[in-house]
Amino acid sequence: MLGLSLREVSAALKQGQVSPMELCQKCLSLIKETKFLNAYITVAEEKALKQAEESEKRYEKGQALGVLDGIPVAVKDNFSTAGIETTCASSMLKGYIPPYNATVVQKLLDQGAVLLGKTNLDEFAMGSGSTDGIFGPVRNPWSYSKQYREKRKQSHHRADEDSNWLITGGSSGGSAAAVSAFTCFAALGSDTGGSTRNPAALCGLVGLKPTYGLVSRYGLIPLVNSMDVPGILTRCVDDAAIVLGVLAGHDPKDSTTTQDPVGPFILPILRDVSKLCIGIPKEYNVPELSSEMQAFWSKAADLFASKGAKVVEVSLPHTSYSIVCYHVLCTAEVASNMARFDGLEYGHRCNVNVSTEAMYAATRREGFNDVVRGRILSGNFFLLRENYDDYFVKAQKVRRLIANDFVKVFNSGVDVLLTPTTLSDAVPYLEFIKEDNRTRSAQDDIFTQSVNMAGLPAVNVPMALSSQGLPVGLQLIGRAFSDQQLLTVAKWFEEQVQFPVIQLQELVDNCPTFSQHEKLGLVSLKR
Amino acid sequence: MWRRTFRATLRAGLGPGATGAVAGAPGARVGSCRFAGSDSEKAAGPSPGGRVSAELIEHLERLALVDFRNREGVARLQAAIEFAGQLRAVDTDGVEPMESVLEDRCLYLRADEVVEGSCAEDLLQNSQQTVEEYFVAPLGRCYTEVTSLCQNKVNNIQS
Repeated sequence: MLGLSLREVSAALKQGQVSPMELCQKCLSLIKETKFLNAYITVAEEKALKQAEESEKRYEKGQALGVLDGIPVAVKDNFSTAGIETTCASSMLKGYIPPYNATVVQKLLDQGAVLLGKTNLDEFAMGSGSTDGIFGPVRNPWSYSKQYREKRKQSHHRADEDSNWLITGGSSGGSAAAVSAFTCFAALGSDTGGSTRNPAALCGLVGLKPTYGLVSRYGLIPLVNSMDVPGILTRCVDDAAIVLGVLAGHDPKDSTTTQDPVGPFILPILRDVSKLCIGIPKEYNVPELSSEMQAFWSKAADLFASKGAKVVEVSLPHTSYSIVCYHVLCTAEVASNMARFDGLEYGHRCNVNVSTEAMYAATRREGFNDVVRGRILSGNFFLLRENYDDYFVKAQKVRRLIANDFVKVFNSGVDVLLTPTTLSDAVPYLEFIKEDNRTRSAQDDIFTQSVNMAGLPAVNVPMALSSQGLPVGLQLIGRAFSDQQLLTVAKWFEEQVQFPVIQLQELVDNCPTFSQHEKLGLVSLKR
Repeated sequence: MWRRTFRATLRAGLGPGATGAVAGAPGARVGSCRFAGSDSEKAAGPSPGGRVSAELIEHLERLALVDFRNREGVARLQAAIEFAGQLRAVDTDGVEPMESVLEDRCLYLRADEVVEGSCAEDLLQNSQQTVEEYFVAPLGRCYTEVTSLCQNKVNNIQS
């Protein structure tokens, strides 16, 4: 039951094959069984059960609100949720309980979705591993998959080597782990430089970054106002489209949302790709890209071509500068956004009372980790009067060049760009932490952050398993506000590649709440 | 035609800063990253911002109200500045800065009507020190006068 798609489980709820309460309870049990993944920071058990109960009443009366009614979902812990602690995985907001819901959260709740809890992340969404939050790192469920463990046995590693678990990627790693381990059917992440697409790729999920301006940011604790977007993580493209349909649209509380009518995001089945033009940006073929990833990328391009699509090499000449540009703009906006945390109105407050400034400084010292503080300091450096033109304005100019690169490519007849999402498959945590956060982010964000700078929609689609038995995904990028077309192509691609379902046999075998039939259902290959 | 992309000799640089992803972090142990390219990446030349002086550190800490006064913090800042220096290589003559990707659209204003609010109690609940409907702050005093005093207090709290 938990391995079904959103549409399938919704149909099951409607037909009475399962009730919202049962579904909610199953998910809550699985969350407890998979606690070692550290995907959730807060599990809102009572609230969730209450929501499930209300959903059940609606189904009994035949008054379901929509496809999402009764569906368990999870939300990254940098979205404000009324009455539920929202920490951003930081000491600064530990114990903070927002008095309001983020618009995207409200929209999900208005459709009857059951909010199971808040998921783990890198502190303030800064990072590419989901390893730097105060609640500890998130473990990739694929570390415990049959597919991965079998490969490790073959290479003579001990199968029970628990210390060598893999990262989820970040910063929305908790949301990715939650969906990947079947504890919910969809999860919200945020995407500023790739934070939804990166963990989606490493956890074998569909990770959608909508066009900037399509989905409201109200209630999303901001990192980079000009690039942040709420992201959607699901197990298939169709599910992502369903959630996007609920979330997209104008919000009076976020003046950066488009007022144009949007959606509905119903995806047609693409049968003929001969009119499609796929662009392969040559500058994305960087030395750091693993040869295995490169082979998958090439295979995907071949796939499109073999089915009649036009596949062309394109150039995004300023690609090599985009990570630097992102670094400057991101730290500058972060420096500004983090200024609100002073301990006065909410969040952590230190015991120093000697002066206002001293109190602020000590509070911020105690509340933020090194990564956050480092970015604040860098950002403030770039914003100094003597540096403003040379760094900040310069970066804004380079941003235009990067955005224009994409515009030129799309204007030349390309419909969708095809690129890798990550440099390779998931790496072990112990290896990941050998480099610091900033270095890792600079490495891992390379394919994803220029999309944020241009404000375009992009989606990670899982393609296949690597030689290690781990997910590998590819990124599709579309023009601004072409999210529906992008997802249509993504759905076609997904259908072609038939990415296998994660086999969490051991995990499930140890979980007493599942019947034998359900266990089989969970691990058998779908589609 | 796209196959050229994949046949390209990877080890040859692809342009300035092509390996910027790893080059921009001097001192980072690139070799330990299993996806690293060649080991000969080096950071771009020193930026005109130059070395991070003690005055600059103090100035930044005062502005940011963030304390990062240790060697690691300074090194990180230095690395970040050098990394950012690579932007100098880009020709941006005649290019306007881009503030938002939605620059060709109007931001709109809502009508000035009160539709929600009156939740002072809810908001005050999140603060640690309040008096009636006021948030309470310590008296403002010059930062430098009390810096060392606070440093001691903070050190005591943290230890």
